[in-house]
Amino acid sequence: MAKMNLLQAINSALDCAMAKNDKVSVFGEDVGHFGGVFRATSGLQEKYGKARCFNTPLVEQGIIGFANGLAAQGSFPVAEIQFGDYIFPAFDQIVNETAKFRYRSGNEFNVGGLTIRTPYGGGIHGGHYHSQSPEAYFAHTPGLKIVIPRNPYQAKGLLLSAIFDPNPVLFMEPKRLYRAAVGEVPEEEYTLPIGKAEVVKEGTDVTVVGWGAQVEVIEKAVELAEKDGVSAEIIDLRSILPWDAETVAKSVMKTGRLVISQEAPHTMAFGSEVAATIQEQCFLYLESPIMRASGLDTPYPLAHEKEYFSDHLKTYEAIKRSLNY
Amino acid sequence: MSMENTAKTNVTSKLEVIPGHAVNIPVFQLLKEDGTVHKGAKLPAIDKELALKMFSTMQFIRLLDERMFAAQRQGRISFYLSSLGEEAASIGSAAALAFEDMIMGQYREQGALAFRGFTVEQFMNQLFSNEKDLGKGRQMPVHYGCAALNFMTISSPLGTQIPQATGYAYGQKHSPANKDAEKTCTLVYFGEGAASEGDFHAGLNMAAVFKVPVIFFCRNNGYAISTPASEQFAGDGIAPRATGYGMKAIRVDGNDIFAVYAATQEARRIALEEGEPVLIEAMSYRMAGHSTSDDPTGYRTKEEEEKWRAKEPMIRFRNWLIAKGWITEAEADQQMAAHKEAVLAELKKAETVPAPHVDEIITDVYDTPSEQLQVQLDALKAHIRKYPDAYPATAKGVK
Repeated sequence: MAKMNLLQAINSALDCAMAKNDKVSVFGEDVGHFGGVFRATSGLQEKYGKARCFNTPLVEQGIIGFANGLAAQGSFPVAEIQFGDYIFPAFDQIVNETAKFRYRSGNEFNVGGLTIRTPYGGGIHGGHYHSQSPEAYFAHTPGLKIVIPRNPYQAKGLLLSAIFDPNPVLFMEPKRLYRAAVGEVPEEEYTLPIGKAEVVKEGTDVTVVGWGAQVEVIEKAVELAEKDGVSAEIIDLRSILPWDAETVAKSVMKTGRLVISQEAPHTMAFGSEVAATIQEQCFLYLESPIMRASGLDTPYPLAHEKEYFSDHLKTYEAIKRSLNY
Repeated sequence: MSMENTAKTNVTSKLEVIPGHAVNIPVFQLLKEDGTVHKGAKLPAIDKELALKMFSTMQFIRLLDERMFAAQRQGRISFYLSSLGEEAASIGSAAALAFEDMIMGQYREQGALAFRGFTVEQFMNQLFSNEKDLGKGRQMPVHYGCAALNFMTISSPLGTQIPQATGYAYGQKHSPANKDAEKTCTLVYFGEGAASEGDFHAGLNMAAVFKVPVIFFCRNNGYAISTPASEQFAGDGIAPRATGYGMKAIRVDGNDIFAVYAATQEARRIALEEGEPVLIEAMSYRMAGHSTSDDPTGYRTKEEEEKWRAKEPMIRFRNWLIAKGWITEAEADQQMAAHKEAVLAELKKAETVPAPHVDEIITDVYDTPSEQLQVQLDALKAHIRKYPDAYPATAKGVK
């Protein structure tokens, strides 16, 4: 075990994967010698050479198109899109190509080796082009898997699973926690399951669900609720496609209440899907409507970042609304 | 063939492979590095008043960049992006346009905006995201925009402005107001890195097909964050690509303000008189880091930087002006001191201007806020009233 921040954990996962299989390569804008703008690929070019860790020209649609081809050839490309906000030129390649490669060919071909890494989310004074949480756009795309880790330990284990998963995975990294989240992480290879939620904290009065950086916000909100004598169960979905409805439903059948806290704009954020599914599966167990704390239905602002953000106070208020309904 | 395909096709029975570097475009230069003029070179017609305005803008931008970079380091603003070494490219090109021509920037053309008349106060209000910022505090620092100055608001995603410029210029060309004397064009800036984006291809191809008055102005400054041009493209830079689109091109020394001015003037003439787009590639060097978020020592050598420092654009222009007798050393220094005073005063002022009112959080998403957004705003204000200490920038305004 070693103390690592989230970036170091990502770097360690890439290092393990590249050491294990020489068909793993990492590339993207500034990823090579410089090690990426956040330094997630630091030292990998020196260690594995320019053929396996390299800069690409500045073209996101090209990066993912290239990665699709490389994966179809049988490699394990780990393509970096510098910011989640800049993934959209590659939307066609991801939605129409990556996600449908296997299906459209009757499994003659697949790009299962592909992993797309991209930082997402706010809290870094980035305004609307360095802060978005675009996971819901992609969650509407059958054929993709979407993984969002909450801390360094989760990040390494889930990224290693993503790289060697036989399906293409969009791996979204909470950039606000890159250096802020520090924890014990094994130096050797280990994996964590994709599609399985984790009960982070057990409780009896209300279930609070989130993913990625929002889990930290939920933990702070639950601390406030505990001072009011509330026992909250916290669930980290870890992956939103596929997502673990069973774990959430089981918890809601116990607590009778569900709050979803999410960073993305309220309308059609992934919490909408969670709410719809849970009301189907737990209708008779629910003691109050499912509550959501989300971003506003506006682009992500700069000067009003604090006001926009679905912070611990808004999440705490949502918990109270759920309990006092 | 010509019925279906307008590319000229000569038939040959000899197998011929065209080399990848068949086009090699020289760099147009008028002012040498020491500020003297090439023998026989014809300088563009620039009078004293215009020359001094260009120089003053250059000094201002040099100073602004230096002060605001420092302000970011002091934690007073969240981000900054300097144009150090590239002032001649943006100011020389903006000076060759008519005021009514539209400028679409990437994010390193503060010189063009300052030349158009954006005030020190306006720069500061944007950089501090305060309530006086024309962009209402919504974008990161340096994402300027000003409709009154015909300068389109900047967007971070790279290259998106390139096809937009083609569309804007198409609108200009077909506007009923587009009379001979008042014809306008669009100039769009982007870097050699952004020229790798798909939008570059789309924008240039459509402009050539539709024959619109747009000037594609590429600042080739050698780097896209850490990625050197040598890892960005294998060909001879950006200018030769124009040939593939059937478009005219000029390659110019981006550090020579007279050459940039002359090149842009000619491009504008072609755009308006011949009704065709032109690609200009201005060769320069990004002397600063990409932004306050990176440290260039991680990806390039001091020797390389020094080599380019000798070619920087301000000294040669200053030397030329002094030799011409249009300014003295002392006057140039005084001008710089005046810029410094103005920048420091406005910086202090802008820092104390409040953040935009929280009501602005829902405006401009649509022409008028939807019912749903109004409900969200009301809930937000009730929340802020409950926890005023957690939202210090706006709590005062919601009492």
